[in-house]
Amino acid sequence: MRVVNIKPRRGARILIGAVPIVVLLIVYAIFSAARLDANPNDKVLPTFAAMAQEVVRLTTQTDPRTGQITALADTLASLYRLGIGVLIATISTLIIGLALGVVPLVRAALGPIVAIIAVIPPIAVLPILFIAMGLGEASKIALIAVGIAPFMIRDLAGHVASLPAEQFVKAQTLGANSWQLTLRVALPQALPRLIDSLRLSMGPAWVFLISAEAIASDVGLGYRIFLVRRYLAMDTILPYVAWISLLAIATDALLQWISRKAFPWAHGDGK
Amino acid sequence: MSALLQFQEVWVEYGEKVVLERVSLDIQEGEFVSVVGPSGAGKSTFLRLVLGQEGPTRGKILLDGTPLTPECHPDRGVVFQRYSVFPHLTALQNVAFGLECDASPLLGKLFGGAKRKANAAAEEMLAAVGLEHNLNVYPAQMSGGMQQRLAIAQALIKHPRVLLLDEPFGALDPGIRNDMHTLVTKLWREHGLTIVMVTHDIKEAFKLGTRVLAFDKRRIDPQAPNRYGATAVYDMPVSKRADMEVATPD
Repeated sequence: MRVVNIKPRRGARILIGAVPIVVLLIVYAIFSAARLDANPNDKVLPTFAAMAQEVVRLTTQTDPRTGQITALADTLASLYRLGIGVLIATISTLIIGLALGVVPLVRAALGPIVAIIAVIPPIAVLPILFIAMGLGEASKIALIAVGIAPFMIRDLAGHVASLPAEQFVKAQTLGANSWQLTLRVALPQALPRLIDSLRLSMGPAWVFLISAEAIASDVGLGYRIFLVRRYLAMDTILPYVAWISLLAIATDALLQWISRKAFPWAHGDGK
Repeated sequence: MSALLQFQEVWVEYGEKVVLERVSLDIQEGEFVSVVGPSGAGKSTFLRLVLGQEGPTRGKILLDGTPLTPECHPDRGVVFQRYSVFPHLTALQNVAFGLECDASPLLGKLFGGAKRKANAAAEEMLAAVGLEHNLNVYPAQMSGGMQQRLAIAQALIKHPRVLLLDEPFGALDPGIRNDMHTLVTKLWREHGLTIVMVTHDIKEAFKLGTRVLAFDKRRIDPQAPNRYGATAVYDMPVSKRADMEVATPD
Protein backbone atom coordinates (compact mmCIF):
# COMPACT_ATOMS: atom_id res chain seq x y z
CA MET A 1 0.00 0.00 0.00
CA ARG A 2 1.22 3.46 -0.84
CA VAL A 3 2.08 5.73 2.06
CA VAL A 4 -0.28 8.44 0.80
CA ASN A 5 -3.22 6.05 1.12
CA ILE A 6 -2.68 5.14 4.76
CA LYS A 7 -5.25 7.12 6.70
CA PRO A 8 -5.07 6.76 10.50
CA ARG A 9 -8.32 6.52 12.38
CA ARG A 10 -9.30 8.99 15.08
CA GLY A 11 -7.74 7.16 18.03
CA ALA A 12 -4.57 6.37 16.11
CA ARG A 13 -4.35 9.94 14.88
CA ILE A 14 -4.35 11.36 18.40
CA LEU A 15 -1.75 8.80 19.47
CA ILE A 16 0.52 9.58 16.51
CA GLY A 17 0.11 13.30 17.12
CA ALA A 18 1.14 12.91 20.75
CA VAL A 19 4.39 11.10 19.96
CA PRO A 20 6.48 14.12 18.80
CA ILE A 21 5.30 16.16 21.79
CA VAL A 22 6.24 13.42 24.24
CA VAL A 23 9.59 12.95 22.48
CA LEU A 24 10.27 16.69 22.76
CA LEU A 25 9.52 16.64 26.50
CA ILE A 26 11.75 13.60 27.04
CA VAL A 27 14.61 15.15 25.08
CA TYR A 28 14.25 18.30 27.17
CA ALA A 29 14.28 16.29 30.39
CA ILE A 30 17.44 14.43 29.32
CA PHE A 31 19.32 17.60 28.39
CA SER A 32 18.08 19.37 31.51
CA ALA A 33 19.27 16.51 33.71
CA ALA A 34 22.65 16.46 31.93
CA ARG A 35 23.21 20.19 32.42
CA LEU A 36 22.11 20.16 36.06
CA ASP A 37 24.36 17.16 36.63
CA ALA A 38 27.33 19.20 35.44
CA ASN A 39 26.29 22.36 37.29
CA PRO A 40 23.50 22.22 39.93
CA ASN A 41 23.08 26.02 39.70
CA ASP A 42 22.42 26.00 35.95
CA LYS A 43 19.41 28.16 35.05
CA VAL A 44 19.12 27.57 31.31
CA LEU A 45 17.29 24.25 31.34
CA PRO A 46 15.41 23.99 34.66
CA THR A 47 13.69 20.74 35.64
CA PHE A 48 9.93 20.36 35.30
CA ALA A 49 9.74 20.32 39.08
CA ALA A 50 11.53 23.66 39.34
CA MET A 51 9.21 25.17 36.73
CA ALA A 52 6.15 23.82 38.56
CA GLN A 53 7.41 25.34 41.79
CA GLU A 54 7.83 28.70 40.04
CA VAL A 55 4.37 28.44 38.48
CA VAL A 56 2.84 27.87 41.91
CA ARG A 57 4.65 30.93 43.23
CA LEU A 58 3.53 33.08 40.27
CA THR A 59 -0.09 31.99 40.46
CA THR A 60 -0.67 31.98 44.21
CA GLN A 61 1.56 34.55 45.91
CA THR A 62 0.91 38.24 45.66
CA ASP A 63 3.74 40.44 44.53
CA PRO A 64 4.66 42.60 47.55
CA ARG A 65 5.35 45.57 45.28
CA THR A 66 2.06 45.61 43.36
CA GLY A 67 -0.14 43.65 45.76
CA GLN A 68 -1.34 41.42 42.92
CA ILE A 69 -0.82 37.85 41.87
CA THR A 70 1.83 38.19 39.18
CA ALA A 71 0.63 35.68 36.58
CA LEU A 72 -3.00 36.74 36.91
CA ALA A 73 -2.21 40.45 36.60
CA ASP A 74 0.04 39.79 33.59
CA THR A 75 -2.58 37.64 31.86
CA LEU A 76 -5.43 40.07 32.42
CA ALA A 77 -3.36 43.05 31.25
CA SER A 78 -2.23 41.25 28.10
CA LEU A 79 -5.67 39.85 27.26
CA TYR A 80 -7.21 43.29 27.75
CA ARG A 81 -4.77 44.89 25.29
CA LEU A 82 -5.09 42.02 22.84
CA GLY A 83 -8.88 41.95 23.10
CA ILE A 84 -9.41 45.67 22.57
CA GLY A 85 -6.82 45.82 19.77
CA VAL A 86 -8.33 42.86 17.96
CA LEU A 87 -11.85 44.20 18.48
CA ILE A 88 -10.93 47.57 16.95
CA ALA A 89 -9.25 45.82 14.03
CA THR A 90 -12.23 43.53 13.49
CA ILE A 91 -14.83 46.28 13.56
CA SER A 92 -12.87 48.54 11.22
CA THR A 93 -12.25 45.57 8.93
CA LEU A 94 -15.94 44.83 8.77
CA ILE A 95 -16.86 48.40 7.89
CA ILE A 96 -13.98 49.29 5.55
CA GLY A 97 -13.64 45.81 4.04
CA LEU A 98 -17.34 45.57 3.22
CA ALA A 99 -17.43 49.07 1.73
CA LEU A 100 -14.31 48.34 -0.35
CA GLY A 101 -15.73 45.05 -1.56
CA VAL A 102 -19.26 46.18 -2.35
CA VAL A 103 -18.97 49.78 -3.56
CA PRO A 104 -16.66 50.36 -6.55
CA LEU A 105 -16.49 54.06 -5.70
CA VAL A 106 -15.11 53.34 -2.24
CA ARG A 107 -12.65 50.83 -3.74
CA ALA A 108 -11.40 53.52 -6.12
CA ALA A 109 -11.08 56.03 -3.29
CA LEU A 110 -9.64 53.97 -0.44
CA GLY A 111 -8.04 50.98 -2.17
CA PRO A 112 -4.65 52.65 -2.80
CA ILE A 113 -4.23 54.06 0.70
CA VAL A 114 -5.12 50.73 2.31
CA ALA A 115 -2.61 49.01 0.02
CA ILE A 116 0.10 51.49 1.06
CA ILE A 117 -0.64 51.18 4.78
CA ALA A 118 -0.64 47.41 4.47
CA VAL A 119 3.01 47.28 3.31
CA ILE A 120 4.33 49.42 6.20
CA PRO A 121 5.93 47.14 8.81
CA PRO A 122 3.85 47.88 11.93
CA ILE A 123 6.82 47.67 14.31
CA ALA A 124 8.40 50.53 12.36
CA VAL A 125 5.53 52.81 13.35
CA LEU A 126 5.66 51.76 17.01
CA PRO A 127 7.89 54.75 17.90
CA ILE A 128 5.35 57.03 16.21
CA LEU A 129 2.59 55.47 18.30
CA PHE A 130 4.64 55.88 21.48
CA ILE A 131 5.35 59.52 20.66
CA ALA A 132 1.78 60.29 19.64
CA MET A 133 -0.10 58.29 22.26
CA GLY A 134 2.37 58.01 25.11
CA LEU A 135 3.62 54.82 26.72
CA GLY A 136 0.25 53.80 28.15
CA GLU A 137 -2.30 51.29 26.98
CA ALA A 138 -3.41 53.28 23.93
CA SER A 139 -0.19 52.86 21.97
CA LYS A 140 -0.03 49.09 22.61
CA ILE A 141 -3.64 48.62 21.57
CA ALA A 142 -3.06 50.81 18.53
CA LEU A 143 -0.06 48.75 17.47
CA ILE A 144 -2.13 45.56 17.47
CA ALA A 145 -4.99 47.20 15.57
CA VAL A 146 -2.71 48.91 13.04
CA GLY A 147 -0.69 45.74 12.71
CA ILE A 148 -3.45 43.33 11.76
CA ALA A 149 -6.24 45.49 10.33
CA PRO A 150 -4.75 46.19 6.85
CA PHE A 151 -4.27 42.51 6.12
CA MET A 152 -7.77 41.68 7.32
CA ILE A 153 -9.31 44.57 5.38
CA ARG A 154 -7.66 43.52 2.15
CA ASP A 155 -8.58 39.90 2.69
CA LEU A 156 -12.22 40.70 3.39
CA ALA A 157 -12.54 43.22 0.56
CA GLY A 158 -11.07 40.67 -1.85
CA HIS A 159 -13.44 37.99 -0.62
CA VAL A 160 -16.51 40.20 -0.91
CA ALA A 161 -15.48 41.47 -4.35
CA SER A 162 -15.10 37.89 -5.55
CA LEU A 163 -18.59 36.83 -4.53
CA PRO A 164 -20.37 35.82 -7.74
CA ALA A 165 -21.70 38.87 -9.60
CA GLU A 166 -24.82 36.82 -10.30
CA GLN A 167 -25.81 37.08 -6.63
CA PHE A 168 -25.70 40.86 -6.71
CA VAL A 169 -27.64 41.00 -9.98
CA LYS A 170 -30.20 38.57 -8.63
CA ALA A 171 -30.62 40.58 -5.43
CA GLN A 172 -31.20 43.71 -7.48
CA THR A 173 -33.85 41.99 -9.56
CA LEU A 174 -35.47 41.08 -6.25
CA GLY A 175 -35.65 44.75 -5.35
CA ALA A 176 -32.63 45.16 -3.07
CA ASN A 177 -31.05 48.61 -2.84
CA SER A 178 -27.34 49.20 -2.20
CA TRP A 179 -27.75 49.12 1.56
CA GLN A 180 -29.83 45.94 1.52
CA LEU A 181 -27.27 44.34 -0.82
CA THR A 182 -24.56 45.09 1.70
CA LEU A 183 -26.58 44.05 4.71
CA ARG A 184 -28.28 40.92 3.43
CA VAL A 185 -26.01 39.57 0.69
CA ALA A 186 -22.45 40.76 1.39
CA LEU A 187 -22.34 41.00 5.19
CA PRO A 188 -23.53 37.47 6.07
CA GLN A 189 -21.14 35.95 3.56
CA ALA A 190 -18.30 38.16 4.79
CA LEU A 191 -18.61 37.11 8.45
CA PRO A 192 -17.24 33.55 8.22
CA ARG A 193 -14.35 34.85 6.16
CA LEU A 194 -13.75 37.57 8.74
CA ILE A 195 -13.45 34.93 11.45
CA ASP A 196 -11.04 32.95 9.28
CA SER A 197 -8.79 35.93 8.70
CA LEU A 198 -9.04 36.82 12.38
CA ARG A 199 -7.79 33.33 13.25
CA LEU A 200 -4.83 33.86 10.92
CA SER A 201 -4.20 37.33 12.37
CA MET A 202 -4.10 36.20 15.99
CA GLY A 203 -0.47 35.08 15.55
CA PRO A 204 0.75 38.52 14.39
CA ALA A 205 -1.47 40.14 17.03
CA TRP A 206 0.43 38.28 19.77
CA VAL A 207 3.74 39.29 18.19
CA PHE A 208 2.76 42.95 18.25
CA LEU A 209 1.44 42.69 21.80
CA ILE A 210 4.61 41.11 23.16
CA SER A 211 6.82 43.54 21.23
CA ALA A 212 4.99 46.53 22.65
CA GLU A 213 5.06 45.08 26.16
CA ALA A 214 8.74 44.23 25.88
CA ILE A 215 9.64 47.81 24.97
CA ALA A 216 7.53 49.87 27.36
CA SER A 217 5.28 48.37 30.01
CA ASP A 218 5.06 47.52 33.69
CA VAL A 219 2.73 44.54 33.52
CA GLY A 220 1.86 41.90 30.94
CA LEU A 221 2.98 38.50 29.72
CA GLY A 222 5.51 39.95 27.27
CA TYR A 223 6.80 42.40 29.87
CA ARG A 224 7.38 39.58 32.38
CA ILE A 225 9.27 37.40 29.90
CA PHE A 226 11.58 40.23 28.88
CA LEU A 227 12.01 41.35 32.50
CA VAL A 228 13.10 37.99 33.91
CA ARG A 229 15.30 37.34 30.86
CA ARG A 230 17.86 39.53 32.63
CA TYR A 231 18.20 36.90 35.34
CA LEU A 232 18.12 33.97 32.89
CA ALA A 233 14.93 32.91 34.68
CA MET A 234 14.01 30.15 32.29
CA ASP A 235 11.82 28.65 35.01
CA THR A 236 9.49 31.61 34.49
CA ILE A 237 9.96 32.15 30.77
CA LEU A 238 9.18 28.61 29.67
CA PRO A 239 5.88 28.31 31.59
CA TYR A 240 4.90 31.76 30.33
CA VAL A 241 5.57 30.74 26.73
CA ALA A 242 3.54 27.57 27.27
CA TRP A 243 0.73 29.63 28.82
CA ILE A 244 0.70 32.04 25.83
CA SER A 245 0.52 29.07 23.45
CA LEU A 246 -2.36 27.65 25.44
CA LEU A 247 -4.24 30.96 25.31
CA ALA A 248 -3.64 31.16 21.54
CA ILE A 249 -4.91 27.61 21.01
CA ALA A 250 -8.00 28.29 23.13
CA THR A 251 -8.75 31.50 21.20
CA ASP A 252 -8.43 29.70 17.91
CA ALA A 253 -10.70 26.87 19.02
CA LEU A 254 -13.25 29.38 20.28
CA LEU A 255 -13.29 31.31 17.00
CA GLN A 256 -13.66 28.11 15.02
CA TRP A 257 -16.51 26.98 17.24
CA ILE A 258 -18.29 30.31 16.85
CA SER A 259 -17.95 30.14 13.09
CA ARG A 260 -19.35 26.61 12.95
CA LYS A 261 -22.26 27.42 15.23
CA ALA A 262 -23.18 30.76 13.67
CA PHE A 263 -22.56 29.99 9.99
CA PRO A 264 -23.35 26.31 9.42
CA TRP A 265 -23.92 26.97 5.71
CA ALA A 266 -20.29 28.06 5.32
CA HIS A 267 -18.98 24.75 6.64
CA GLY A 268 -21.07 22.49 4.45
CA ASP A 269 -22.96 21.02 7.37
CA GLY A 270 -25.94 23.28 7.79
CA LYS A 271 -29.37 21.90 8.35
CA MET B 1 -51.65 46.62 -28.39
CA SER B 2 -48.00 47.55 -28.31
CA ALA B 3 -45.46 44.90 -27.48
CA LEU B 4 -44.27 44.25 -23.95
CA LEU B 5 -40.64 44.54 -24.90
CA GLN B 6 -39.42 46.47 -27.90
CA PHE B 7 -35.92 46.58 -29.38
CA GLN B 8 -35.49 49.51 -31.77
CA GLU B 9 -32.31 49.52 -33.88
CA VAL B 10 -30.18 48.43 -30.93
CA TRP B 11 -26.38 48.35 -31.25
CA VAL B 12 -23.88 47.24 -28.67
CA GLU B 13 -20.22 48.07 -29.20
CA TYR B 14 -17.21 47.63 -26.96
CA GLY B 15 -14.71 50.03 -28.46
CA GLU B 16 -13.83 48.62 -31.90
CA LYS B 17 -15.74 45.44 -31.30
CA VAL B 18 -19.32 45.36 -32.53
CA VAL B 19 -21.28 42.76 -30.58
CA LEU B 20 -24.86 43.42 -31.64
CA GLU B 21 -25.98 45.39 -34.66
CA ARG B 22 -29.41 46.59 -35.69
CA VAL B 23 -31.43 44.41 -33.40
CA SER B 24 -35.07 45.32 -33.92
CA LEU B 25 -37.75 43.07 -32.57
CA ASP B 26 -40.87 43.03 -30.43
CA ILE B 27 -41.70 40.55 -27.75
CA GLN B 28 -45.37 40.21 -26.87
CA GLU B 29 -46.77 39.49 -23.46
CA GLY B 30 -47.10 35.77 -22.86
CA GLU B 31 -44.44 34.71 -25.35
CA PHE B 32 -41.80 32.13 -24.53
CA VAL B 33 -38.81 33.26 -26.55
CA SER B 34 -35.83 30.94 -26.90
CA VAL B 35 -32.58 32.55 -27.95
CA VAL B 36 -30.00 30.34 -29.62
CA GLY B 37 -26.78 30.95 -31.53
CA PRO B 38 -23.09 30.10 -31.52
CA SER B 39 -20.78 31.25 -28.75
CA GLY B 40 -19.89 34.90 -29.06
CA ALA B 41 -22.99 35.73 -31.10
CA GLY B 42 -24.31 38.13 -28.50
CA LYS B 43 -26.94 35.91 -26.86
CA SER B 44 -25.75 36.82 -23.41
CA THR B 45 -25.34 40.47 -24.34
CA PHE B 46 -28.95 40.43 -25.53
CA LEU B 47 -30.01 38.99 -22.19
CA ARG B 48 -27.92 41.50 -20.23
CA LEU B 49 -29.58 44.31 -22.17
CA VAL B 50 -33.03 43.13 -21.16
CA LEU B 51 -31.84 42.58 -17.62
CA GLY B 52 -30.36 46.06 -17.46
CA GLN B 53 -26.84 44.92 -16.60
CA GLU B 54 -25.72 47.09 -19.50
CA GLY B 55 -27.29 49.58 -21.87
CA PRO B 56 -27.25 49.76 -25.65
CA THR B 57 -24.60 51.87 -27.41
CA ARG B 58 -27.26 53.08 -29.80
CA GLY B 59 -30.96 52.46 -30.18
CA LYS B 60 -33.74 52.05 -27.70
CA ILE B 61 -35.18 49.28 -25.59
CA LEU B 62 -38.70 49.82 -24.32
CA LEU B 63 -40.51 47.86 -21.64
CA ASP B 64 -44.23 48.58 -21.63
CA GLY B 65 -43.47 51.58 -23.81
CA THR B 66 -40.96 53.21 -21.44
CA PRO B 67 -37.20 53.14 -22.09
CA LEU B 68 -35.18 50.78 -19.89
CA THR B 69 -32.57 52.29 -17.60
CA PRO B 70 -29.33 50.33 -17.57
CA GLU B 71 -29.92 49.02 -14.06
CA CYS B 72 -31.52 45.85 -12.76
CA HIS B 73 -35.08 46.16 -11.57
CA PRO B 74 -37.66 43.83 -10.04
CA ASP B 75 -39.84 43.96 -13.16
CA ARG B 76 -37.28 41.69 -14.82
CA GLY B 77 -36.52 38.48 -12.95
CA VAL B 78 -33.58 36.26 -13.76
CA VAL B 79 -32.32 32.72 -13.28
CA PHE B 80 -28.66 32.11 -14.12
CA GLN B 81 -26.98 28.82 -14.84
CA ARG B 82 -25.24 29.00 -11.45
CA TYR B 83 -24.97 31.23 -8.36
CA SER B 84 -28.58 32.35 -8.61
CA VAL B 85 -29.43 31.55 -5.01
CA PHE B 86 -27.89 32.87 -1.82
CA PRO B 87 -25.81 30.18 -0.12
CA HIS B 88 -26.23 31.71 3.33
CA LEU B 89 -30.03 31.60 3.29
CA THR B 90 -32.34 28.62 3.55
CA ALA B 91 -34.80 27.90 0.75
CA LEU B 92 -37.56 29.75 2.55
CA GLN B 93 -35.33 32.74 3.33
CA ASN B 94 -34.11 32.81 -0.26
CA VAL B 95 -37.65 33.17 -1.56
CA ALA B 96 -38.82 35.54 1.17
CA PHE B 97 -35.82 37.80 0.42
CA GLY B 98 -37.62 39.58 -2.41
CA LEU B 99 -40.62 40.36 -0.21
CA GLU B 100 -38.45 41.53 2.67
CA CYS B 101 -36.45 43.95 0.53
CA ASP B 102 -39.64 45.64 -0.56
CA ALA B 103 -41.25 45.97 2.83
CA SER B 104 -38.22 46.81 4.95
CA PRO B 105 -35.86 49.28 3.27
CA LEU B 106 -33.69 49.77 6.34
CA LEU B 107 -33.09 46.26 7.65
CA GLY B 108 -34.19 44.15 4.70
CA LYS B 109 -35.80 41.87 7.24
CA LEU B 110 -39.34 41.39 8.49
CA PHE B 111 -40.58 40.41 11.93
CA GLY B 112 -43.76 39.15 13.53
CA GLY B 113 -46.94 39.10 11.49
CA ALA B 114 -45.40 40.64 8.39
CA LYS B 115 -42.74 37.93 8.46
CA ARG B 116 -45.32 35.16 8.81
CA LYS B 117 -47.21 36.58 5.86
CA ALA B 118 -44.09 36.77 3.71
CA ASN B 119 -43.11 33.24 4.72
CA ALA B 120 -46.57 31.95 3.82
CA ALA B 121 -46.29 33.50 0.37
CA ALA B 122 -42.79 32.08 0.00
CA GLU B 123 -43.97 28.62 1.08
CA GLU B 124 -46.71 28.72 -1.51
CA MET B 125 -44.19 29.63 -4.21
CA LEU B 126 -41.84 26.86 -3.08
CA ALA B 127 -44.72 24.39 -3.26
CA ALA B 128 -45.38 25.54 -6.82
CA VAL B 129 -41.86 24.49 -7.82
CA GLY B 130 -42.01 21.27 -5.83
CA LEU B 131 -39.78 22.25 -2.92
CA GLU B 132 -42.44 22.16 -0.20
CA HIS B 133 -40.44 19.58 1.77
CA ASN B 134 -37.17 21.52 1.69
CA LEU B 135 -38.09 24.81 3.31
CA ASN B 136 -35.26 24.95 5.80
CA VAL B 137 -32.48 23.47 3.71
CA TYR B 138 -29.45 25.47 2.61
CA PRO B 139 -28.61 25.48 -1.12
CA ALA B 140 -25.39 23.56 -0.45
CA GLN B 141 -27.49 20.54 0.58
CA MET B 142 -29.57 20.71 -2.59
CA SER B 143 -28.98 19.06 -5.93
CA GLY B 144 -28.41 21.22 -8.99
CA GLY B 145 -32.01 20.74 -10.12
CA MET B 146 -33.40 21.73 -6.73
CA GLN B 147 -31.22 24.83 -6.68
CA GLN B 148 -32.63 25.89 -10.05
CA ARG B 149 -36.18 25.25 -8.83
CA LEU B 150 -35.38 27.46 -5.87
CA ALA B 151 -33.94 30.16 -8.14
CA ILE B 152 -37.13 30.14 -10.20
CA ALA B 153 -39.35 30.40 -7.12
CA GLN B 154 -37.17 33.23 -5.84
CA ALA B 155 -37.59 35.16 -9.10
CA LEU B 156 -41.32 34.49 -9.45
CA ILE B 157 -42.21 35.83 -6.00
CA LYS B 158 -41.67 39.33 -7.42
CA HIS B 159 -44.11 38.67 -10.29
CA PRO B 160 -41.69 40.02 -12.92
CA ARG B 161 -43.01 41.32 -16.24
CA VAL B 162 -40.32 39.31 -17.98
CA LEU B 163 -38.51 36.24 -16.67
CA LEU B 164 -35.02 35.83 -18.07
CA LEU B 165 -33.39 32.41 -18.09
CA ASP B 166 -29.66 32.29 -18.85
CA GLU B 167 -28.88 28.69 -19.81
CA PRO B 168 -30.83 27.64 -16.74
CA PHE B 169 -30.60 23.90 -17.33
CA GLY B 170 -27.13 23.75 -18.89
CA ALA B 171 -25.53 22.21 -15.82
CA LEU B 172 -28.21 19.58 -15.17
CA ASP B 173 -28.28 15.98 -16.27
CA PRO B 174 -30.81 14.93 -18.92
CA GLY B 175 -33.45 13.35 -16.65
CA ILE B 176 -33.55 16.34 -14.33
CA ARG B 177 -33.52 18.65 -17.32
CA ASN B 178 -36.72 17.01 -18.58
CA ASP B 179 -38.43 17.52 -15.22
CA MET B 180 -37.37 21.14 -15.29
CA HIS B 181 -38.82 21.58 -18.79
CA THR B 182 -42.15 20.30 -17.53
CA LEU B 183 -41.98 22.61 -14.53
CA VAL B 184 -41.09 25.72 -16.53
CA THR B 185 -43.81 25.03 -19.06
CA LYS B 186 -46.33 24.56 -16.27
CA LEU B 187 -45.32 27.78 -14.51
CA TRP B 188 -45.27 29.72 -17.76
CA ARG B 189 -48.80 28.60 -18.50
CA GLU B 190 -50.26 28.95 -14.99
CA HIS B 191 -48.72 32.33 -14.21
CA GLY B 192 -49.07 33.76 -17.71
CA LEU B 193 -45.35 34.56 -17.78
CA THR B 194 -43.32 36.18 -20.50
CA ILE B 195 -40.04 34.29 -20.72
CA VAL B 196 -36.80 34.95 -22.60
CA MET B 197 -34.46 31.97 -22.38
CA VAL B 198 -30.92 31.79 -23.69
CA THR B 199 -29.82 28.24 -24.39
CA HIS B 200 -27.15 26.22 -26.17
CA ASP B 201 -29.54 23.34 -26.70
CA ILE B 202 -31.50 23.79 -29.94
CA LYS B 203 -33.85 20.93 -29.10
CA GLU B 204 -34.66 22.57 -25.80
CA ALA B 205 -35.22 25.90 -27.57
CA PHE B 206 -37.83 24.45 -29.88
CA LYS B 207 -39.40 22.23 -27.23
CA LEU B 208 -40.08 25.05 -24.78
CA GLY B 209 -40.31 28.20 -26.87
CA THR B 210 -43.26 29.63 -28.75
CA ARG B 211 -40.70 31.53 -30.75
CA VAL B 212 -37.04 30.93 -31.45
CA LEU B 213 -34.55 33.70 -32.11
CA ALA B 214 -31.24 32.67 -33.65
CA PHE B 215 -28.43 35.17 -33.20
CA ASP B 216 -25.49 35.20 -35.58
CA LYS B 217 -23.41 37.52 -37.68
CA ARG B 218 -24.90 38.32 -41.07
CA ARG B 219 -21.53 39.21 -42.57
CA ILE B 220 -17.97 38.55 -41.58
CA ASP B 221 -14.92 40.49 -42.69
CA PRO B 222 -12.05 37.99 -42.43
CA GLN B 223 -9.58 40.87 -42.02
CA ALA B 224 -11.59 42.43 -39.20
CA PRO B 225 -13.73 39.80 -37.53
CA ASN B 226 -14.97 42.27 -34.92
CA ARG B 227 -16.15 44.81 -37.46
CA TYR B 228 -19.62 43.38 -37.79
CA GLY B 229 -21.92 42.39 -34.98
CA ALA B 230 -24.54 39.72 -34.61
CA THR B 231 -28.27 40.16 -34.89
CA ALA B 232 -31.37 37.98 -34.87
CA VAL B 233 -30.89 36.25 -38.21
CA TYR B 234 -33.81 33.89 -37.76
CA ASP B 235 -37.00 34.69 -35.93
CA MET B 236 -39.47 31.86 -36.16
CA PRO B 237 -42.68 31.02 -34.41
CA VAL B 238 -42.95 27.47 -33.12
CA SER B 239 -46.17 25.60 -33.56
CA LYS B 240 -46.60 23.12 -30.79
CA ARG B 241 -47.36 19.49 -31.45
CA ALA B 242 -50.65 18.24 -30.07
CA ASP B 243 -49.08 16.15 -27.29
CA MET B 244 -46.88 19.05 -26.26
CA GLU B 245 -49.70 21.51 -26.71
CA VAL B 246 -49.82 23.69 -23.66
CA ALA B 247 -51.89 26.46 -25.19
CA THR B 248 -50.51 29.92 -25.74
CA PRO B 249 -51.97 32.11 -23.05
CA ASP B 250 -54.43 34.32 -24.84
